[in-house]
Amino acid sequence: MNSATLVVRDVTKVFDLGAVQVHALRGVTLSIDRGEFVAVMGTSGSGKSTLMNILGCLDLPSAGAYLLEGIPVDQLGRNALATIRNEKIGFVFQGFNLLPRTTALENVELPLLYDRRHRIAAPSSAAEAALVRVGLGDRLDHLPNQLSGGQQQRVAIARALVTAPAIILADEPTGNLDSRTTLEVLAVFQQLNREGMTIVIVTHEPEVARYTSRIVELRDGLVQRDLPVPLPGDAAADLAATRQRVPA
Amino acid sequence: MKWSKLIHVAVQSIARNKMRTLLTMLGIIIGVGSVITMVALGEGSSRDIERQVASLGTNLVMVRAGSSQVGGARGGAGSLINLSMSDVQSLRSGATQLQGVSPEIRVTAQIIAGAQNWNTSVTGVAPEYLSIRNYQVKSGYSFGEREVRTRAKVALLGETVVRELFPGEDPIGAAIRIRNVPFRVIGVLAPKGQSAFGTDQDDIILAPSTTVLYRLGDGKTVRAIVASASSSEQMADAKEEIGTILREAHRIPADGADDFHINDQSEINQMATRITGTLTLLLSAIAAVSLLVGGIGIMNIMLVSVTERTREIGIRLAIGARPVDILAQFLVEAAILSLLGGIIGIAAGLGSAWGIGSLLGISVVVNPIVIIVAVLFTGAVGIFFGFYPARKAANLNPIDALRYE
Ligand SMILES: Nc1ncnc2c1ncn2[C@@H]1O[C@H](COP(=O)(O)OP(=O)(O)OP(=O)(O)O)[C@@H](O)[C@H]1O
Ligand SMILES: [Mg+2]
Repeated sequence: MNSATLVVRDVTKVFDLGAVQVHALRGVTLSIDRGEFVAVMGTSGSGKSTLMNILGCLDLPSAGAYLLEGIPVDQLGRNALATIRNEKIGFVFQGFNLLPRTTALENVELPLLYDRRHRIAAPSSAAEAALVRVGLGDRLDHLPNQLSGGQQQRVAIARALVTAPAIILADEPTGNLDSRTTLEVLAVFQQLNREGMTIVIVTHEPEVARYTSRIVELRDGLVQRDLPVPLPGDAAADLAATRQRVPA
Repeated sequence: MKWSKLIHVAVQSIARNKMRTLLTMLGIIIGVGSVITMVALGEGSSRDIERQVASLGTNLVMVRAGSSQVGGARGGAGSLINLSMSDVQSLRSGATQLQGVSPEIRVTAQIIAGAQNWNTSVTGVAPEYLSIRNYQVKSGYSFGEREVRTRAKVALLGETVVRELFPGEDPIGAAIRIRNVPFRVIGVLAPKGQSAFGTDQDDIILAPSTTVLYRLGDGKTVRAIVASASSSEQMADAKEEIGTILREAHRIPADGADDFHINDQSEINQMATRITGTLTLLLSAIAAVSLLVGGIGIMNIMLVSVTERTREIGIRLAIGARPVDILAQFLVEAAILSLLGGIIGIAAGLGSAWGIGSLLGISVVVNPIVIIVAVLFTGAVGIFFGFYPARKAANLNPIDALRYE
């Protein structure tokens, strides 16, 4: 066995719309190792979200194989997939997708309610620790509408990492954020990655992708390019620099 | 997900839309409320009727003289009145199903006690009469066989008579005059209140049968005979036995009609049961319809809730909820919605039962089993009508649900 966290081999995805068949993925082969920070790029409609949904076990491939930590995920049923999503995957969405009228702490605790094997012993302190890790230790009881976009996204990241997943998947996590809050979120990702977390993000912006360690570019449902980033940026440092430039 | 969490989430979601929740529950509230009202009043009134019937006497069988046109069977003058002391005697010696037999010889008279007077009926009876009719002696004592044999001029007074003739005095030992015959009061009866027919059962004077028959009456007219069957199960047998003995005593041929009537309290019971039965049926129909409408209301609001919370369902599925977790969440919510309606309905039902009961003078009986059944049933209604919306939620595709606007 190699140290790959996930392996996809010749994965295709066809959406059957009756009249037409949309080939969103035409045979993607990809291997991501533990501890990598990968950016998936590509033009709109190239299949990035489709791939992320499959990686996140929200959807199954039409053909091909997908191994997550050695588990052939494409063979599993609905309930087993739910358990995989709960234990091995942390998903971060473009639109944050926090529960409204629910505190940051409760939002982060939510995945632990479905932790049927009780992998995490003390849900509430684990949730608090996750919020501290994303720098929101002082915002535990805030509701989503009392938080900025960047803060909401950090709550979402805390929710993704609270279950100690094998991988965090983020589909355009900075798509709704301005350049400064984008840096905030990227700094959190980089910090988590430095601590050993495997992370895959989808982005349109090269500005974002340059903080990752590897860029996978999709085009028409195929991997067009897959290259390491020679000299990744340091989001925390750049954020500090912005703060100096624009005194609040 | 843990039960406590499921309930917490459900309560939160219900509490978020208070007005909507209340309107949704209205059908259940009306349904359960009417069931509870109906059962509480139904059981209360049948207990009232039972109590009144029991106050008439224990397993009472009444024999009354038949109408005069049957006279031809026996012939002869004076056959119009066809019960007699010898009939009482035949029943006493011949019947095996009876516990007590007593004539009821009734004369109406003006009673005088000192300066007071009062018009009431004086009933001549055997000593067993008190136990047959469920009378109790409150003070003093009753008469026995000796007083009957000697035609003693002693009397037991009912509460009403005491009040009218001896206001504020102890009547025991006092003398009263009935049709100018002097009697001595030896006892006072414990009050029984009104009968099922509204007559005052305490406006009564009891005296030995022979005394009334020979000293106040015409010496032969026995209007009625009352008896008490050994048990309520033996009622029918007792009636048949009385019939046989009296037909023999009156020498009625096999094809001849009875010259007497036998009645018992079960007929009164049956009538009361029939009335409450009809009422129950009517209210049950109302209850069933409103529970159905209430259930559909819950289904409707749960469908709205599932649609409103599609995104939330998507989030929950994405972070690891199994379809069955989502199903449970919405079922619990529907059940709590319905249960809450049920509990409010029970409270409203008891309230209205109490109100109507005190207005109409009907007792209210709260049966805990009915309450428990109502609670369980409303829970079941919620689960039944919540199932379709909950299943719809559980079967959502997480990607579509997350994308839902
Ligand atoms: N549920 C679906 N039904 C039908 N077609 C779909 C569905 N989801 C995606 N597609 C199609 O598959 C292709 C890839 O879509 P996908 O969302 O993966 O693109 P993307 O790279 O994420 O684009 P964007 O950058 O705009 O988010 C598109 O042509 C899209 O129309
Ligand atoms: Mg996309």
